[in-house]
Amino acid sequence: MAEKETTVITEAEKILDRENIIAKAEEVLDQGYDGIIGLRKRWGHVSPYLFTTKDELKELELEPRYNLATFVRQLKNKWPDARLGIVSRGCDERALDKLEELGVFSKEGVVFIGITCSMEQAEECNCEKPIYTPLDCTGCWKCMEECPKDAITRINVCPILVPDQFNLGLGQRKAIYLPFPQAVPKKNVRDPNHCLRITEKLECKGCENACEAKAIVHDMADQIVDLDVGAIIVATGLDFYDVSGLEEYGYGKIKNVVTAMEYERLTSASGPTLGSLDRPSDGKVPHNIAFIQCVGSRDFRCEPYCSSVCCMHATKEAMMAYEHEPGTKSTVFYMDMRAVGKRFQEYIARAKSDYNVTYIRSRPGRIEVNPENDNPIIWYEDTTTGEIKKFEAEIVVLAQAMIPQITKDLAEILGIELDENGFVKTPGGFLQPLDTTKPGIFACGYVHSPRDIPDSVTQASGAAGRAAEEIASLHSQGGK
Amino acid sequence: MEEPRIGVFVCHCGRNIGAYVDVPGVVEYVKGLPNVVHAERNLYTCSEEGISAIKKGIQEHNLNRVIVASCTPRTHEPLFRSACEAVGLNKYLFEFVNIRDQCSWVHMHEPEKATEKAKDLIRMGVAKARLLEPLEEIEIKVTPSALVIGGGVVGMGAALNLAAQGFEVHVVEKEPELGGTLRSVYKLYPTNEEATKVTNPLIEKVKNDPKIKTYLSAKVKEVSGFIGNFDVVVNQDGEESKFNVGTIIVAIGADKLKPTGQYGYGEMPNVLTQLELEERMKKGEPVGQNVVMINCVGARVPERTYCSRICCMTAIKNASLIKESNPKAKVWILHRDLMTYGVDFENYYRKAMELGVRFIRYSLERPPQVIGDGKAEEIKAYHELRREEIELPCDMLVLTTPLIPAEDNQDISKMLKVSLDEFGFFLEAHLKLRPVEFAMDGIYICGSAKWPTDVTEGISQAYAAASKAAGPLRMGYVKPEAINALVNEDKCSGCGICELLCPFQAIELQPRDGKRVSHVNEAVCKGCGTCGAACPSGAIAMHYFTDEQILAQVEALFS
Repeated sequence: MAEKETTVITEAEKILDRENIIAKAEEVLDQGYDGIIGLRKRWGHVSPYLFTTKDELKELELEPRYNLATFVRQLKNKWPDARLGIVSRGCDERALDKLEELGVFSKEGVVFIGITCSMEQAEECNCEKPIYTPLDCTGCWKCMEECPKDAITRINVCPILVPDQFNLGLGQRKAIYLPFPQAVPKKNVRDPNHCLRITEKLECKGCENACEAKAIVHDMADQIVDLDVGAIIVATGLDFYDVSGLEEYGYGKIKNVVTAMEYERLTSASGPTLGSLDRPSDGKVPHNIAFIQCVGSRDFRCEPYCSSVCCMHATKEAMMAYEHEPGTKSTVFYMDMRAVGKRFQEYIARAKSDYNVTYIRSRPGRIEVNPENDNPIIWYEDTTTGEIKKFEAEIVVLAQAMIPQITKDLAEILGIELDENGFVKTPGGFLQPLDTTKPGIFACGYVHSPRDIPDSVTQASGAAGRAAEEIASLHSQGGK
Repeated sequence: MEEPRIGVFVCHCGRNIGAYVDVPGVVEYVKGLPNVVHAERNLYTCSEEGISAIKKGIQEHNLNRVIVASCTPRTHEPLFRSACEAVGLNKYLFEFVNIRDQCSWVHMHEPEKATEKAKDLIRMGVAKARLLEPLEEIEIKVTPSALVIGGGVVGMGAALNLAAQGFEVHVVEKEPELGGTLRSVYKLYPTNEEATKVTNPLIEKVKNDPKIKTYLSAKVKEVSGFIGNFDVVVNQDGEESKFNVGTIIVAIGADKLKPTGQYGYGEMPNVLTQLELEERMKKGEPVGQNVVMINCVGARVPERTYCSRICCMTAIKNASLIKESNPKAKVWILHRDLMTYGVDFENYYRKAMELGVRFIRYSLERPPQVIGDGKAEEIKAYHELRREEIELPCDMLVLTTPLIPAEDNQDISKMLKVSLDEFGFFLEAHLKLRPVEFAMDGIYICGSAKWPTDVTEGISQAYAAASKAAGPLRMGYVKPEAINALVNEDKCSGCGICELLCPFQAIELQPRDGKRVSHVNEAVCKGCGTCGAACPSGAIAMHYFTDEQILAQVEALFS
């Protein structure tokens, strides 16, 4: 830890370099800006000042704690057309951002000369973000653009390529990457397990060299944040049961057997194939798709429970295939078609009548491969006739079981119990459906029980309502 | 008015729009439209990246009108409006053009036409945007209390949650006692707890809560007003009470279908519904040695297509209870798909099999038949797995029927001006994103009135609805849309047609300078435009939809 702190100071000192900042300020004046706002030290006193000549800049002061935001705002209000440079720390710019949000300040005509505070200064201010630059990642992704897939031999960009877990390994990504296309905030992150610099394999500066915003700081460390709260809601969602253990279906061995989530990524516009359903073996778009339900669900070898949402998502996926490629034939092998929500039965009926979807009640026993065309062949019993039949499809989609996503560690930290399947346990009783075994902590969504979106959203509001009750009772007791 | 500077943001919506509409082509086209100073396209305009593109566009190009051409205002208009507001642009200077629902989705198989239509719609949007004017919203105070219609377990759950959050609650129950449907239910799955053990403590809590006022044998007679200020009239045994509430929760539950004429019901004395069976078990009356149950009676059939969600479990529960109290009894459940979703239900189903309940799958094509003279003596069914006709001895036949919309739904939907769905249940504002809200502000829905639910799900919904209903109460004020009707008093002849037609009672005639003129209550007006269309003297204009703006759109379409 101590070692890391020293490096932060070194990094900071580098940016704090007076000469550098003054040089930048002069550059701004040269460009015809009306002045530079900064702190000036004169006769032992420090105050905000508008530097208009290069000469004055030798009195520029960088250390003491004065926030320039108010001064900047007043100046800008008085002379809205003024073009100004601002020697700003992280806190200055954040304050101005806020003012801009409130509509009382405009950044137009303003250029920032960013400085990083020293560790001492940060400690004095009790500041969490003394480093100016990381706040500055503009999301320009120049670092990514500079980073084409074949860039492995280039030294000035990230040389690492690893499977992209958001696309379930169907595509690749760099060790500096955007977690997923609609990530909030939309900023790149580095992969601590693969980045050469973080894993200390190489003094790599690839992304650092490419980043125009100088947003990459190698020595950032995790922070521990203390929060004082009256209630907690657990909404950690779901994960997927690993179906490669179910050897009869050959997942992982037979190329054209994919999971439902992989299918979703393949058909997603932001997925690895940009929405084209290219089957894994040869990239051809299949027109004959089979869906197998309850893979790992309702199965004593795996998860005994019903995952509750797969009947509907398989139907939706079959309908999507038809929308992408009209004429596509889909066949769903199921045990019970659990379409219990509003308009669900009608949805299934529409899939049959308008989207060429056939439902066969059967739990297939085995999948083989047709060696000629890599098509999977499903062996199943037709339960209406008792015959053993086979069905050849171009791709098979397995509705893998879904499991609650919560670690034992997190449950232990929270002090809540999990049931034998790993879902958050409720205390029992009909009136506390969203409570956990610890008062003040509530749960909702898939980590609570297998639920679809409408039910999960309902539970979310319900858990918030219970939390509001809890907090109201804390208030009426006069504090925590 | 300053010269309009319009920015247009066209969304790909991933493949949703991008795969069918030529988005780059549309952007090029839009750039040539009058007053458009900036046009760009985004993969998802609703993503953080898209939102900052809007903000950046407004600042860099000094935009004073913004158009997003993407999905639907229903879900995304607030988001884009707030992006405008964040950088100081009045949100009513934003215009939405829907090129997903109206172009790419409906013209999926004719992409060129979809593209042309997108251009047309945006051209119309631009024509309107040029004439947009900033509008200001008024702030309305909220009465910090709520009305819960329905005193069943769900309504009581919602009331208690609101009361615990510190708000006053009025609960109106039409029966002489609280408890709703659960009063006739014997035990509850999946714990087999007696229903009264759940309802009785709840009723006590509601009765003893000083914040909750209960009206029994009562009906809501009249509701007028709007979010924050609903005036309610309750009729209790002929006596009327009037009070004012900020929000309303509908929790009136559902009715059980009586399957008269099916499988001998109503003609044979030993043919019951599940609820009648429960009443019998509750009283400890014998149910017979051989019990046959038939599921989906009146559900998932052409005349009633939906699945009522809770009936499979109800049948399995009652079958298990019979087997538990009399292991020698034989119980068969004739079913179609078994809806034992989730963890507990699947476990419960398995336990029922271990108890010896027999499950036999039938199909709609070959439904079971009742044999017997005057009473059901034998049930004939086609056993799908064995592929043979079987005959089951029968002392009692129990029909599992769906929940159906309550009789009162029609009246209440009219009184509150909220919609029913195609089945007759209440219609939520958005199936996925706003499951416990109505489209009408300040009114919320939970329990089987919306869709059949069991107790735990119903209680979860009750807390959800209470949580939503508490929002405005805690905030203390609401700001309704500024899109409403504006009367030009000089033109108004005081004919009163608008007052007559207004579906929200937002208009009333008021004396002004010796004549009567139409006056619009901005808080109540929903901006539907009915009055504007009907006004014979053209005195009523709609903010954000002025005649001038709409005619400009029409002209743009045919230009």
